[in-house]
Amino acid sequence: MEVQFELNGKTVRTEVEAGALLLDVLRELGCYSVKCGCETTNCGLCTVWVDGTPRLSCSILAAAIQGKAVTTLEGLQEEAARFGAYLAAEGAEQCGYCSPGFIMNVLAMERELCASGHCPDREEIREYLAGNLCRCTGYAGQMRAVEKYLRERRG
Amino acid sequence: MITVKNYVKPDTLEEAYELNQKRANRVIGGMMWVRMGRGNVNTVIDLSGLGLDQITESETDIHIGCMCTLRQLETDRRLAEEFGDFFRECTRHIVGVQFRNGATVGGSIFGRYGFSDILTAFLVLDTRVKLYKKGIVPLSEFVRMERDRDILEELIVAKDGRKAVYLSERRSQTDFPVLTCAASEKDGKAVLAIGARPMKAESVETTLEGMEDAADTFPYGSNMRGSSEYRRHLGRVLAGRAKKALEEENV
Amino acid sequence: MKKVNQAIPKIDAKALVTGKPVYTDDLAPKDCLIVKVLRSPHAHALIKNIDYSRAMKVPGMTAVFTYEDCPKERFTMAGQTYPEASPYDRLILDQRVRFVGDAVAIVAGETKEAVDRAMKMIKVEYEVLTPLLDFRKAKDNDILVHPEENWRSLCDVGADNKRNLCASGKDEGGDVDQVLSECRYVVDQTYHTQANQQTMMETFRTYCYMDVYGRLNVVSSTQVTFHARRILSNALGIPKSKIRVIKPRIGGGFGAKQTVVSEVYPAFVTWKTGRPSKIVFTREESQTASSPRHEMEVHVRVGADESGRIRAIDVYTLSNTGAFGEHGPTTVGLSGHKSIPLYGKTDAFRFRYDVVYTNVMSSGAYRGYGATQGIFAVESAVNELAEQMHMDPVRLRELNMVREGQVMPAYYGETAQSCALDRCMQRAKELIGWDEKYPSRDMGNGKVRGVGVAMAMQGSGISNVDTASVAMKVNDDGFYSLMVGASDMGTGCDTILAQMAADCMDCEMEDIIVSGVDTDSSPYDTGSYASSTTYVTGMAVVKTCEKLKEKICLKGAEYLGCSREDVEFDGKRVWSPKDGKEISLKEIGNRVMCANEEALMASEAHYSPTSPPPFMVGMAEVEVDLETGKVTPVNYAAVVDCGTVINPSLARVQTEGGLVQGIGMALYEDIVYSDKGQNFSNSFMQYKIPTRMDTGEIRVEFESSYEPTGPFGAKSIGEIVINTPSPALAAAVANATGVHIRELPITAEKVYMGMKHSS
Repeated sequence: MEVQFELNGKTVRTEVEAGALLLDVLRELGCYSVKCGCETTNCGLCTVWVDGTPRLSCSILAAAIQGKAVTTLEGLQEEAARFGAYLAAEGAEQCGYCSPGFIMNVLAMERELCASGHCPDREEIREYLAGNLCRCTGYAGQMRAVEKYLRERRG
Repeated sequence: MITVKNYVKPDTLEEAYELNQKRANRVIGGMMWVRMGRGNVNTVIDLSGLGLDQITESETDIHIGCMCTLRQLETDRRLAEEFGDFFRECTRHIVGVQFRNGATVGGSIFGRYGFSDILTAFLVLDTRVKLYKKGIVPLSEFVRMERDRDILEELIVAKDGRKAVYLSERRSQTDFPVLTCAASEKDGKAVLAIGARPMKAESVETTLEGMEDAADTFPYGSNMRGSSEYRRHLGRVLAGRAKKALEEENV
Repeated sequence: MKKVNQAIPKIDAKALVTGKPVYTDDLAPKDCLIVKVLRSPHAHALIKNIDYSRAMKVPGMTAVFTYEDCPKERFTMAGQTYPEASPYDRLILDQRVRFVGDAVAIVAGETKEAVDRAMKMIKVEYEVLTPLLDFRKAKDNDILVHPEENWRSLCDVGADNKRNLCASGKDEGGDVDQVLSECRYVVDQTYHTQANQQTMMETFRTYCYMDVYGRLNVVSSTQVTFHARRILSNALGIPKSKIRVIKPRIGGGFGAKQTVVSEVYPAFVTWKTGRPSKIVFTREESQTASSPRHEMEVHVRVGADESGRIRAIDVYTLSNTGAFGEHGPTTVGLSGHKSIPLYGKTDAFRFRYDVVYTNVMSSGAYRGYGATQGIFAVESAVNELAEQMHMDPVRLRELNMVREGQVMPAYYGETAQSCALDRCMQRAKELIGWDEKYPSRDMGNGKVRGVGVAMAMQGSGISNVDTASVAMKVNDDGFYSLMVGASDMGTGCDTILAQMAADCMDCEMEDIIVSGVDTDSSPYDTGSYASSTTYVTGMAVVKTCEKLKEKICLKGAEYLGCSREDVEFDGKRVWSPKDGKEISLKEIGNRVMCANEEALMASEAHYSPTSPPPFMVGMAEVEVDLETGKVTPVNYAAVVDCGTVINPSLARVQTEGGLVQGIGMALYEDIVYSDKGQNFSNSFMQYKIPTRMDTGEIRVEFESSYEPTGPFGAKSIGEIVINTPSPALAAAVANATGVHIRELPITAEKVYMGMKHSS
């Protein structure tokens, strides 16, 4: 079946199987930042935005994306590089494999929690990002990067 | 992972219902379990085109559409006004924000999963389930009903002023629970629900004083997350804590 | 400005944080065959018949291979230096399957869908055999995991397949029984650590293709690029010259990828069919058919005299290597050799061990590599000893810990030339507030907070074995190519090796490009494991740079028309202080590309006769719910002596990452089997690694010593950091509740049951 949706601001029309997962279709479309780390919705590596909301692309049928807007890290290169610089300054991208999904969720968190001038505390940050697993860093360096980024972004 | 032949997003509930009468077809909620299921599905029925993703309010009730996400439950202002931290507590340990942005209330309730935080929570409120064919039935009855091919439209939760508290024990913060416990109280009448025993949650009516003993009336079993003996003990502890919270109105 | 000891971001950071396609599966050709492995549902069985005729009728199917198609020479998948200590006990596919998940057939087709359909149509007839699942009963059991005649052990490690022994041995000094009998205080306990999964986010994966020369090219997520070449040659029975292995960016390893877990399958398919092919392990396969930590049961006896001097340590380790012997003979050694030497005043020690085969998934290498298991046991025993003596466990350690300059008899007689363990202890105490918090504080709400301590050591490379070579050349305009054979697995070794080179050459990071590992062009390196890269490969970098500088000077002098003795190199130019004549490196780089017969390139190798241990102290603070037994990690303070810290931010993240893996091992992670050998912990849903809500606050500091044999005074950091959480957390729980958990993980239920039985 054919689906049409907006991918990183551009209209995409593509043929998909009824059972195809958004994750696989996005990789076929060249969005290699979208990774699969498990098959059980636990790792967060496949995080993309659907109509601006962070979702697990491993758990969305591509068919269901008809008419929606999908954003991957390929569509957020400047923001990724900006936050990524904080991450790299801490050495907390490490192997980098979880970084795209993590950064997608950090940027979603910034939009959702910081919209009204609020600055989330550590507990809020941890809870929002709990669905993003990382095995390299122990999360502490990621937290330092997120806190510094939010602090400096919000003056 | 399941294999899927067709995907349909019906425009009406009747169409969804008709499609769902075939054994080989399946309604999908948030799709969270699709990769974990096995077997072949002829047609998946996506209910997301039916406008069932809203939380609305009437004079007496809050209506929660089946396609509302767990994240909506967690962050909805009206639910928070009515029930305090209750809905945040029963959702925030479930995997992560992205998961809760996908998983639906309807999927959680219709599945009647043994590990469900959501089912445990709704059982202690005055919750009714609106089914497309069968109409409105109390949740406690729905839990015990045979699985059929009806469609769950929405949950209706009475704004009856009851206080409710939610507790769970987990080996790690976003793991499946070792045990879930919800309790509510109004006018001296209490309801206690315990789930993940590791069987699906059920509720009993009791009093604040009788809360711990009521916990003992549930059957408890063993799995890799805990033994029946430990769960039985936890049941009493959580029921006691729920009681204390309700007594102190610390909910 | 100097580059060593600076928190320089990783040189590949930008590509990683912007999600560029740099990993194995991102790079695989789009037309490659999809390879999957049909796996055994039985823990122990003989294949009677495999019928795949129906499967081959599925449109898009290319091939199904069974044991009948595979070479019959046994090999090991362990990435170790030849001759490997691990026994040659594997075939690519075997008629005997030895665990639930063991490979039965290799299935290749054009699409994932075709392969999935075909897999369901393969009919396998098994003769189901009784599995051997209890590792305590494995030695000399009637059930043999490897009865085959062509099983081979290349090294003298006490292996005997007719006794289910993968290794067995003993090391001792002094008369342990005699000294223990003289001790006023003796702890005699057994500790049990579970198998643990490394759970790197990128599962095992490999793709292969034939190149223009008819050679098998293998692109793989591996820590052991060169060993992979040898192992594939052994497995396929083809010359090493026919194989090239390339490592792209890899999504974590932690030792998992020190075993060649996925490579043989697509390699076999591509070699047989000539078609490019790839395999991507599912998470389920990575959880159930991989290379986890060896489960060990460690019996410790430790004795002290009245004054608190620890006089004797006796360790017996029983290690479960599972169905195959990868890393079995070597991991077990560390359980004694990296635990007993922490104590410097013993009169006697003994270390004995057996490593046994069973019908569960094969074990492999996981960060810590046996030291983690041994240190949990010995450090827990020392904590119990302190309790018996009514002595602060910190004090007991201060009295006994190994000090700089001491000979360590249980560590191959090596001398601790650099050791800041005493300073680590002092600083950790301050960080956690030990004196205020020890042993516990009642929080007044049914919760008690306890603190616990543990020390750890590891090695820096494998002494007299690990070999690293490095090459560096000057290009036009004078920039350098640094070619390393070590496998950066996300830890940043490409970066820290470049930092060292930049300091040696007096240049900027940007002046050096680093080429990752390609067995065709990289200089030989044993690989990134055994905490070797900083220490061993780092030294090879230093040596190579010295050589290259000499060549630059010679060339510069030649161009300046003066003698070598007259010139110096300052990073930018070769100049003669005598007369001020100079030639820039840029110009040298350009001039050697014309009419030159001396390549401006150097390559040096290095190995070390010693393996200087990094040391550390970890202190944990936990909160225990007295009603439920639930343990919440609150604070963790760790102070590490890894010698000179080459890159403070990368070393810190290594430490934090290792600590949280250790916390996972201590509190949450468990591989659970059914009584039939079925692995329940087959997903991230059932095998729970810590999320960011499960760790507590972690504080890391460094107390540096200076290791004279290391590059810039450095020792290793990668592995030691996983070793303290299990014993420190167990001790914190004991100090909070009086309950000693000697079997990991420390679950709420175990603590609750312990409290219940003691009250």
